[in-house]
Amino acid sequence: MDDQLINIFNSIIFNATPLVIAGLGETITERAGVVNLSLDGSILLSAMFGFVAAGVSGSLLVGFIAAMIVGGLIALLIAVAGIELRQDQVAIGFVLTLLCADLAQFLGQDYTGGSSVSLPEVHVPILSDIPVIGAIFFDHPVIVYISYMLIIAIWFWMFHTRPGLAHRAVGERPQAAFARGTDVNRLRYVYTIVGGALVGLAGAAYTLSVKPGWTNPPSMRGDGWIALAIVIFGGWHPFRVVFGAYLFAALRAVASTIQRDSSIDIPLVLLNGLPWLLMIFTLLLVSTGALERLLNIMPRALQRSARNLLRSDPPAALGTRFDPD
Amino acid sequence: MTKVFVRFGLGIAPILISLAITALIIILVGAEPGAVFQSVLEGAFRSTNAVGGVINFWIPLVLVCMGLIVTFTAGLWNIGAEGQMVMGAIAASFIARSLGESLPNAVLIPLEIVAAMLGGGAWAALAGFLKMRLGINEIFGGVALNALANLFTVHLIAGPWQPPEGGSAQSTAPFADAALYPRLSPEYPFSLTALIIAVVVIVLIVLALRGTRWGLQLKATGKNAKSALLLGVPTTQSVMSAFIVCGVLAGIAGSYRVLLTYGSLRPFASGGIGFLALLVVLVASTRAVWAAAIAFVFAVILGGSTRLRVALQLDQSLAGVLQGLLVLCVLLADGLRQRLGLGEERADG
Repeated sequence: MDDQLINIFNSIIFNATPLVIAGLGETITERAGVVNLSLDGSILLSAMFGFVAAGVSGSLLVGFIAAMIVGGLIALLIAVAGIELRQDQVAIGFVLTLLCADLAQFLGQDYTGGSSVSLPEVHVPILSDIPVIGAIFFDHPVIVYISYMLIIAIWFWMFHTRPGLAHRAVGERPQAAFARGTDVNRLRYVYTIVGGALVGLAGAAYTLSVKPGWTNPPSMRGDGWIALAIVIFGGWHPFRVVFGAYLFAALRAVASTIQRDSSIDIPLVLLNGLPWLLMIFTLLLVSTGALERLLNIMPRALQRSARNLLRSDPPAALGTRFDPD
Repeated sequence: MTKVFVRFGLGIAPILISLAITALIIILVGAEPGAVFQSVLEGAFRSTNAVGGVINFWIPLVLVCMGLIVTFTAGLWNIGAEGQMVMGAIAASFIARSLGESLPNAVLIPLEIVAAMLGGGAWAALAGFLKMRLGINEIFGGVALNALANLFTVHLIAGPWQPPEGGSAQSTAPFADAALYPRLSPEYPFSLTALIIAVVVIVLIVLALRGTRWGLQLKATGKNAKSALLLGVPTTQSVMSAFIVCGVLAGIAGSYRVLLTYGSLRPFASGGIGFLALLVVLVASTRAVWAAAIAFVFAVILGGSTRLRVALQLDQSLAGVLQGLLVLCVLLADGLRQRLGLGEERADG
């Protein structure tokens, strides 16, 4: 594999990282039956807070933690409104999308500019020496490795632990989970906040690593919606969500490569519109049942293991309330 | 008696709390809340001109609100109103550019309005098609269509509709005067025609939702699409018609932005009014007159804050912060009211 290709793949992995983290966060939340629609706003607000906190304190760690707290607090608000006050989660999420975006712009108005601090690259010993693979996957700032660990940890948690079973149960069949002694609403609080904190981490991943600095308007505007669509495309399965995020980043990389290549004359509008057309297309794959059909033509032995990976139904109790009394 | 007090408190508290939080945020960026609120109020009411500016925000906002009430009644989250405004603006701009020099104002305005209705309606129909035929949730369809409409504007301004002296990508060349909505007077710089259209639309929407078969079918579809279908309501047509009516109204709103506010086509011509209208309707639910009143308050905030940058070097996004906080606090108080068992059943329609 030549160096140029390796570089492209390396940057795809890097650029996809915030989408990976945000997508995983939203997957956790939605698997517990709560929709956090505010991603496009909460990513911006936590990105801004993370950037400012890191700049003021001089510590990147403080920046990432601040962003996670902001993301977690926004999610807490959605949980209180949706669970305690029985408001429509989509409505609250939409209001917060707009509110957080405007707040980020207003509070960040005096902090626009490049970053003095950004995550350094870390070569993982041994792993980064593997030919090709090492250069693509293990030659990144530490946030990328955190995203790898999150992928594995969340998948293992959801599908191979007892608490993970309860996690999925409160999103699928809250009544049944309740009957088995699970405190449904308490778990929903926990997973909404944890998911929101990851969304916040994704925000800081932009301003402290992938797109260092804060601009007005912010450059990652719109990515929150993409992350939400990726969760649907990913069928609420961590692996597929992550695959979706990498696919998106790859297609973006192709688009921007074509854009730079002056010999190919494609209208700019088409290239810039590509993420959105792609979003529709990926959702179409799910909604038209194309994936289900793929599942049905598979050999029977494969179907069982593939079902988890290819299912495209949302958690059955997504966005609904649960009243124990 | 205490119940009355609590209820009254929960009615007024959201406004006070959101103002208090906004004041805190203003202090956080090192400004003086009193001066900011005063500047906003002066910006909205200091002269007849300023009031005209508020009306110039209210007209498009209330038009989109009426459209969104229709889609809300049908149980739809038409987040795509923003893009529908933009497509209306583009369609109106197309007429203004191609016929602006050759036809009189009295002919052009109706033509432009019809074009805007078609543009907005078509874009809304596309969102409806994605939802009803292809199963794509209108929130995602809407977000994507919004982005595509805005990119199309940028494409037109930088490409085929570039001003002859070379593009700054900021706007097209100004339209001919005959193509613009005439302003009432220099003291009151808003369009009387558009104001009348807006008021007529409010009345029509109230009547249509209350007393027509179409309105009843929309309500039935919105309440429970499956049982409505079983009872013989053509739910697909209902939903599509709601989308198209909303798109048509958003289109007219878009035409107002380019044919009065700007006098040319600019990127993001809708100025966030489509999203703002969704916030209004979240508070007003399907009560059209309420929506018109709340839209006026929001228009005051919008109109008043246009001066913030010049007067106090503050970002205009403060308007969105205050509006967002207001809606958030109202929704939370509404939930609290129901939680405390004070909730009167919301009258629908």
